Amino acid sequence: MPVQERRLILANIDRDGYTPDIDCYLRNGGYADLKKALTLDGPAIVAEVKTSQLRGRGGAGFSCGMKWGFIDPKKNTKPVYLICNADESEPGTFKDRQIIYKDPHQLLEGMIIACYANNVHLAYIYIRGEFVLGAQILEKAIAEAKTEGFLGKAINGTGYDLEIYVHRGAGAYICGEETGLIESLEGKRAYPRIKPPYFPAVLGLYMCPTIVNNVETLCNIKHIVRMGGAEFAKIGKPNNTGTRLLCVSGDVEKPGYFEFEVGALTMGELINDVCGGIKGGRKLKAIIPGGSSAKVLRAGERYKIKSKKPDGTMEEKEIGLLDITLDFDTLAAAGSMAGSGGIIVMDETRDMVECLANINTFYAHESCGQCTPCREGSLWMKKVTDRLVAGEGLPGDPKLLKTVADNIAGRTICAFGEACAWPVQSFVAKFPEEFAKHAEGKVATAARKGTVAQEPSKAMEAA
Amino acid sequence: MSNPRAVDPATQLVEPEHAFPVSEAHGALVTFPTGFEAKCDELITHYPVSKRSASLPLLHLWQETFGHISPQGIEWIAAKLDLQPINILELVTFYPMFRQHPIGRIQIKVCRTLSCALAGSYKLCDHFRERCGTATSDAHGIASSPEGKYAVEFVECIASCGTAPVIMINDDFHEAVTLQRADELLGKYD
Repeated sequence: MPVQERRLILANIDRDGYTPDIDCYLRNGGYADLKKALTLDGPAIVAEVKTSQLRGRGGAGFSCGMKWGFIDPKKNTKPVYLICNADESEPGTFKDRQIIYKDPHQLLEGMIIACYANNVHLAYIYIRGEFVLGAQILEKAIAEAKTEGFLGKAINGTGYDLEIYVHRGAGAYICGEETGLIESLEGKRAYPRIKPPYFPAVLGLYMCPTIVNNVETLCNIKHIVRMGGAEFAKIGKPNNTGTRLLCVSGDVEKPGYFEFEVGALTMGELINDVCGGIKGGRKLKAIIPGGSSAKVLRAGERYKIKSKKPDGTMEEKEIGLLDITLDFDTLAAAGSMAGSGGIIVMDETRDMVECLANINTFYAHESCGQCTPCREGSLWMKKVTDRLVAGEGLPGDPKLLKTVADNIAGRTICAFGEACAWPVQSFVAKFPEEFAKHAEGKVATAARKGTVAQEPSKAMEAA
Repeated sequence: MSNPRAVDPATQLVEPEHAFPVSEAHGALVTFPTGFEAKCDELITHYPVSKRSASLPLLHLWQETFGHISPQGIEWIAAKLDLQPINILELVTFYPMFRQHPIGRIQIKVCRTLSCALAGSYKLCDHFRERCGTATSDAHGIASSPEGKYAVEFVECIASCGTAPVIMINDDFHEAVTLQRADELLGKYD
């Protein structure tokens, strides 16, 4: 029997008759968790979040409670700001869109609780510029929440004030990086800040302590308050608690977004049972498991995964790609990451060099240009994969790609350097025969037809 | 230059050459639609700590109102926020959604990134270009039709990979766009 979804955050989303307005939300028990939170004091809520072991859902998987705990309410004298990172732009990820468009009040409620817990009086939702309608939906939701007394002055009759504003980005991927986001919110170019000293918890927005949380993370806060941290921690696995929104795209029969307990199912169950298998009955070739920055996994690979047995001793198991359980730790042990939950599947007909060329074009376009290794390197890697695809590659190109990538990762201000290097490193290492074929000019143009072409004109010629 | 530029008595700084009001070199002053300035002032109130934070919202508003960000727009917004024009210009050149030149009335943005590419977005983009009769792309990758009605461009991931290929026409989002659906949509926006 296939693993059942555990819909916590998606509980109401796509349900018949469920609408994004506050009346519907209130009819379904909305804002009850906020009312409960307001009877607790802030540090108690922070403690519950720590107990829950919730890890951030934006990509890095950092402990949410620890992030909040960096701001010491006893020592801090500056105002604290909270920003909801709704700049969803990691290729393969489309979970936050569902929440924002279909259940905006769930996000607001989670966010108001998070603000109350951390004594925040001014918060922003940084939403990507392309979510034009999403921004309007959120603004309407904020207005409704204000009318009902859940936002603004003296929330729900308490002495707590909070203002939330929606701030639209303008098409730059780098705004998803939290310090780049902060710079952008300050009205500047989204150049990420160097850490240290500019950890958001210390010197964030307007040089004040700032919490930046992903949309899904903030929604979880509401459920943690309702269930209690300990109860929440029972969902999923230790250190991988809660549910996870998984977005599947690419070559599967039924792509889409799903919510499962973290670690409740394997990659194989997700792709074959939930998503109906590979499109057209073809064979699986590769999977990018956590947004396009995550290292690619190749069908047929074996991974040695260490895990703790119930008696406390460690055991090592060798598993295949489809046996990987979908949680933070197992994917990390397999050499990739759970990242933002965006899973891109590629079937046997796909040319891996073309797929990498597509990813490289993305990163070359999105590098903010602040650090030389990333600015020059991302473009250089794109040029190399472009010429490989065009059949004009040089024999040394696969090695060159690896050299350039190796010299970006770890040498930049923000993690974009790693984000653009990891795909290159993993694709070249795992599909050496395809890169070699391209480098020798042995790939016929016809073989590239209709997959992932470089220029529209070339795709036309091929077709 | 016969008139020496004014010196601010407080800071002793010379006023910048293009300080508000906008110099005539950039053409006639624009006329604001009713409520435009009030809307700007309202947006600025969202940022009680720093007016500069209102830069992106004002740029969005300007572009929605006038179609593109003109030099006048840059100078007006800078003056409104007590900034230098360069502070605004550097945003216009950094953020992909802002443009400095008018483009077609019907703007078609096709997602280019991996999941959409796997689902045929390159063919889809070609199809739009063919149907709209757009010439080769400009330096920003935007292909416009000669009469200026259409502008077709590739954009990076717009976060709906499960319903690929996806596009935006002006501010509207459309998913699972087949070639047939593309034609229907073009008819709708005509």
